[in-house]
Amino acid sequence: MKILLVFAALVAAACSEQLFVGDQVLRVTASNEEQLTLLRVLGEQAELQVDFWRHPTSPGHPVDMRVPFPSLQAVKIFLESNSISYSIMIEDVQELLDEEKKTMMKSRRIERSTNTFDFASYHTIEEIYDWMDTLVDDYPSLVSKIQIGQSYENRPLYVLKFSTGGSNRPAIWLDTGIHSREWITQATGVWTANKIAEEYGHDPSITAILDSMDIFFEIVTNPDGFAFTHSSNRMWRKTRSINAGSHCIGVDPNRNWDAGFGGSGSSSNPCSETYRGPYAHSESEVKAIVDFIIGHGNVKSVISIHSYSQMLLFPYGYKTAPPPHYQELNELAKKAVSDLAAAYGTKYTYGSIANTIYLADGTTVDWAYDNGVKYSFTFELRDTGHYGFLLPSTQIIPTATETWPALLDIMVHVLEHPY
Amino acid sequence: DIDDVGHKYHLELVLEDVLDKDSTVNCTAEVLYHLGNKNSAPSVQFTLEEELKNTDEADNIFYNRIKSLEKELVAENIPDSHGNVSPEMEPVRLLAWVASGYVIWQNSTENTKFQLAQIKHVKQVKRSDEYLEFDYTILLHEMVSQEIIPWQMTVLWHPQHGVQVTQDSRQPKHASE
Repeated sequence: MKILLVFAALVAAACSEQLFVGDQVLRVTASNEEQLTLLRVLGEQAELQVDFWRHPTSPGHPVDMRVPFPSLQAVKIFLESNSISYSIMIEDVQELLDEEKKTMMKSRRIERSTNTFDFASYHTIEEIYDWMDTLVDDYPSLVSKIQIGQSYENRPLYVLKFSTGGSNRPAIWLDTGIHSREWITQATGVWTANKIAEEYGHDPSITAILDSMDIFFEIVTNPDGFAFTHSSNRMWRKTRSINAGSHCIGVDPNRNWDAGFGGSGSSSNPCSETYRGPYAHSESEVKAIVDFIIGHGNVKSVISIHSYSQMLLFPYGYKTAPPPHYQELNELAKKAVSDLAAAYGTKYTYGSIANTIYLADGTTVDWAYDNGVKYSFTFELRDTGHYGFLLPSTQIIPTATETWPALLDIMVHVLEHPY
Repeated sequence: DIDDVGHKYHLELVLEDVLDKDSTVNCTAEVLYHLGNKNSAPSVQFTLEEELKNTDEADNIFYNRIKSLEKELVAENIPDSHGNVSPEMEPVRLLAWVASGYVIWQNSTENTKFQLAQIKHVKQVKRSDEYLEFDYTILLHEMVSQEIIPWQMTVLWHPQHGVQVTQDSRQPKHASE
């Protein structure tokens, strides 16, 4: 009997026939053993095709039965004439199935939309990579995903490209998460990428920017390190490359760039958190960006986002001498920091890396600047040490929200000062 | 610059209550980093221009809660990876913060900037007297080198007698990292 039903179901499915139209589910209560026996007999009438969802067991316990539409009248007459009480649990089984199917499809669509991604919590690399795909799906004419290389452990290095067209337009490069333990940066990156997509066509600044320029955004710049912070050591900073002749792993990707490489602002010890690596651009994560920016040839700004300290920094880190554009960069930083503070009163300091934080050589922004990218900035996001790297997730959205106007200030300035 | 002695800094600072951002106290301080002797902590002298807030009530609530625990308190990873601290652990975290201040002071030079990064492990130690004792393993983050340094510290506390770090030692980093 069951096999017949399954076969019928398959055939019906193949013919897209609706199987349960008008069928009802009745809840029947047998008050004694005699009535119980009658119900069992009813179930044995093959031509009625009564389908028990809850079998007759003992008096007083409800028996649930699905009754196909053609058998309804006969079954109800049988129950009534034997004084067996029943109620209608489901008026029309097919209606219920249709409703359920609709709900399931809707929920699947919701899951895949960026509208329900929880921006207020920290995510794994898989979750962020999946979310990137939904962002591209939701804004197909604005956002695309490109792969610029692979990490040491062969994870893809993904960059989101925001473009309204043109050919090799002047571009702005943004990166977060180059130091994997700085979780607020990847989280801010996700929120900000979403914000850029959302606001194009609404916010006049971002619209003007994207109408003439492209934005390239690498959110998980150090995926191996990031995966390691989830699986093993929350405080991991560097890449996960193996160092020849040492048991210590990893290179500081922000000391590996070819700008003042090898000075006192980095370490030659593989066990150090600021180990510069065996040579400049030894790290595939760094080399991929170098190749991309050089290959692109038209990048006008590089903004690299770190945490923590609440600072907005510009070159140089490898020397204390001011960069040629010191005045302009300083003024722009001052404005950006002021607009950032307007949101929640968060105070940032600003200035050149060497004078504001410490001597650091081989950094992203110094390399960019020395390779013709005038508007090169590093953000150090919240906080100033109270939670440090372990910034509560409740601060993700406030941090991203206050940083947004500062980013816009820089990007608008880049737009308005072509070179 | 003080010849043959070291470097002295005059500081004017504002102390801000972590639990109440609007509550501030002005402070002046003098810090002397001793020349050459890396094993001695900088000398600090300070003057508070107002009195610090009275915290007796909160102190006693925490004290009594710990005293009445059936089993000694044990906890790990405060805050956790997501920055969460449960309300019961918040005073334990603040106590570590104060105690780590002492450890940081004892190990600071003009070229270091330490912050408490995380409590890896804390275990209450049973005592027969009125003091509470906690054995902490903390992670200190040193900003210039960017190193994460595990540190053990034994902390005594009593509402009326304040905080004492009776023992502390730098720990070796795990070979697996």
